[in-house]
Amino acid sequence: MADFGGDIDAFRTEVRDWMEANYPAELRKEDGGQAMTEAMMGMPPSAAAKLWRQRVGEKGWGVPTWPKQYGGGGLSPAEARVVQQEMGRIGANNPIQGMGVMMFGPTLLEYGNEAQKQQHIPSICKGELQWCQGFSEPGAGSDLASLATRCEDKGDHYLINGSKIWTSGAQFAQWCFCLVRTDTTKKHEGISFILIDMASPGVEVRPIQLISGNSPFCETFFTDVKVPKENLVGPLNGGWTIAKRLLQFERNSLSGGGGGAAMRMMFGAGSLDAMAKTYVGTDEKGRIADGDLRSRLTQHMMDAKAFTLTLMRAAAESKGNASPSAATSIMKNAGTKVGQDRAELTLEIMGSQGLGWEGEGFSSEELGAVRGWLGGKATTIYGGSQEIQSNIISKRILGLPDPASAQH
Amino acid sequence: MAVLSEEQSMLRDSARTWVQEKSPVTAFRKMRDSNAPLGYDPAAFAEMAEMGWTGVIIPEAYGGSEFGYLSLGLILEETGRTLTASPLLSSALAAASAIILGGSEVQKSEYLPSIASGELVATLAVDEGAHHAPEKTALSAKKSGSGYSLTGTKTFVLEGMAAGLLVVSARTSGKAGETDGISLFLVKADGKGVSRKALKLADSRGAANVAFDGAEGQLLGEEGKGWLLLEKTLDRARAGLAAEMLGAAIQAFETTLDYLKVRVQFGQVIGSFQALQHRAAKMFTDLELSRSCVEAALQAIDDDSADVPELVSLAKAKMGDTLHLVSNEMVQMHGGIGMTDAHDAGLYLKRARAAETTYGGQAYHRDRYARINGY
Repeated sequence: MADFGGDIDAFRTEVRDWMEANYPAELRKEDGGQAMTEAMMGMPPSAAAKLWRQRVGEKGWGVPTWPKQYGGGGLSPAEARVVQQEMGRIGANNPIQGMGVMMFGPTLLEYGNEAQKQQHIPSICKGELQWCQGFSEPGAGSDLASLATRCEDKGDHYLINGSKIWTSGAQFAQWCFCLVRTDTTKKHEGISFILIDMASPGVEVRPIQLISGNSPFCETFFTDVKVPKENLVGPLNGGWTIAKRLLQFERNSLSGGGGGAAMRMMFGAGSLDAMAKTYVGTDEKGRIADGDLRSRLTQHMMDAKAFTLTLMRAAAESKGNASPSAATSIMKNAGTKVGQDRAELTLEIMGSQGLGWEGEGFSSEELGAVRGWLGGKATTIYGGSQEIQSNIISKRILGLPDPASAQH
Repeated sequence: MAVLSEEQSMLRDSARTWVQEKSPVTAFRKMRDSNAPLGYDPAAFAEMAEMGWTGVIIPEAYGGSEFGYLSLGLILEETGRTLTASPLLSSALAAASAIILGGSEVQKSEYLPSIASGELVATLAVDEGAHHAPEKTALSAKKSGSGYSLTGTKTFVLEGMAAGLLVVSARTSGKAGETDGISLFLVKADGKGVSRKALKLADSRGAANVAFDGAEGQLLGEEGKGWLLLEKTLDRARAGLAAEMLGAAIQAFETTLDYLKVRVQFGQVIGSFQALQHRAAKMFTDLELSRSCVEAALQAIDDDSADVPELVSLAKAKMGDTLHLVSNEMVQMHGGIGMTDAHDAGLYLKRARAAETTYGGQAYHRDRYARINGY
């Protein structure tokens, strides 16, 4: 948008006009958060949602700072904020979502070759294809670098055998970015980063049912899967560096650094104190009747505010530079704690009404709270568990050494 | 760290240099060991005034630089790092704020220039019991001639012995617990009817209990409507104190972190043990969250935004919790050496509790946050 010569007000006017003209009327009535949840659960989008995705995708505004040559918006960080603000102003969600946007795209832009960027980035910008992440394995969770899925060089192609677990959305994804073992004699230096077409023969996906009753994750099996050699990203055995970078992007998005939509998902939109007054009642001064609950709710609200202020501070400090730093490790632990505390408090406030699983006798909000509480337990496990985050802070930020006995 | 202007960065850098060179923790220790009667080193305070620190929030017309609360907070963070004791907070921030916000032209002209130059030490006299509870003011003020006559007692008056001027909350009507009927007064600390008793505190700083027996007070602001002025003044003082606490907490943490990297047990530095690493990571996280709150509160004061009370209570409570944790961990992680008077850990621990209590502790500010938000 260089033709605006840095005139941000003119740009804002243009964006606002475009939003007004292009945001489908049907979507204005819907609950955006609900639509996003449905999208994440793999439910097919409505025609209006598809149209909105297509329009934003063509403009490149779903990924406003990505280079224009690959289908991104090509905007400055300041202009990107304008797009985000104007989208928020009319209550619209960014329809370009998913792992391709949050993690894989930014990583490929840094580490991919020209052909790979040309092949994959445009479809991510348009939201046409879904990506899943093939990182964790049954035997490699927090100790990710111990992964064992084999990738053998067969001359004109690679052959992949092994299995991945917790592959979010694998049942809906067309592509998988995957960590594979290309050298069994080394640990970190024997890992490569490869892209697998999920339609390849030998790929099998089995959804895993979780405590929340949902199946957002899958087990994915690779049996003699042939992968073209050009699908290797970065150097052979150089995948760990790329993976670490990708995990930084993941932490950033999981902690709410990815924007308002993620924050709403995590913290909910309603007011917890009003809910407490409804369920628990008020005392003669109009306060939440249960003093102990009131004080813990207050503590939670203050924690949430402190976290929000920290997100704002980090955004101001980075002055629009979108690259996440090591400080994102702090945000993940702090943000997920706030989210889980809120879910626990919500359930406690609802009392026995916060125990419903399905069916009559419970409102959809109450049922949703139960599922959300259970589903949210994953937030301190995935994307590097709370304990792994603490390790990262200790080592990378505070400079504390590894134990003498551990070789990692 | 907040995004700073060039002037603010320079101010912070010069404060850091002066504090590290002229006022390290050893200077505080020396002051303590010398039984300094005022609980601070007047020569060091004179140097601070010389550098303009006592005039940072005072308008230029009254001898200050009107540089704002975030700027003064940057200085307090640096002095907090080394536990530098001085009336910078109580006089140049707290009492000065009361006069700037509520003073008449005559009062401003009379007092602000000497506060800015460091010649006059002023302080707030608000609390009357063991807990911060400004609305419980009972000290009475009755009209007498052209002024007022004050009778009652004030506790835990910071720099009470050094002060030449007291900003006193008093009741001109109503009863303790009501916010209506509170008025603020300027009282000469060495005036007739004022008697002061020095307190020896664990943190070695200066404080006094003050008794008023028909002491002469000069009304500051409006009679009976002083509550808002008092709250605004206290919020400024609390935010400044939180900045000082941030500095103390950061230094306590860094000193502890350094120790984790050098102390060897079981053939390895203790910082390699995960049990300590994760506690260090928690402290670091809390420090980052606290900094966001403190800077937001100071910035809100400079912007005169409506959410100052909410942000200040958040900052004071969050910072209090964090300093509490870090000061405890400083002693614990240092082990036996942390229990010795020769080590600095005890100095930080003692200062932590005093600062937490001052202008309202965590419980007070959590409750206030809940009241403000209608929970």
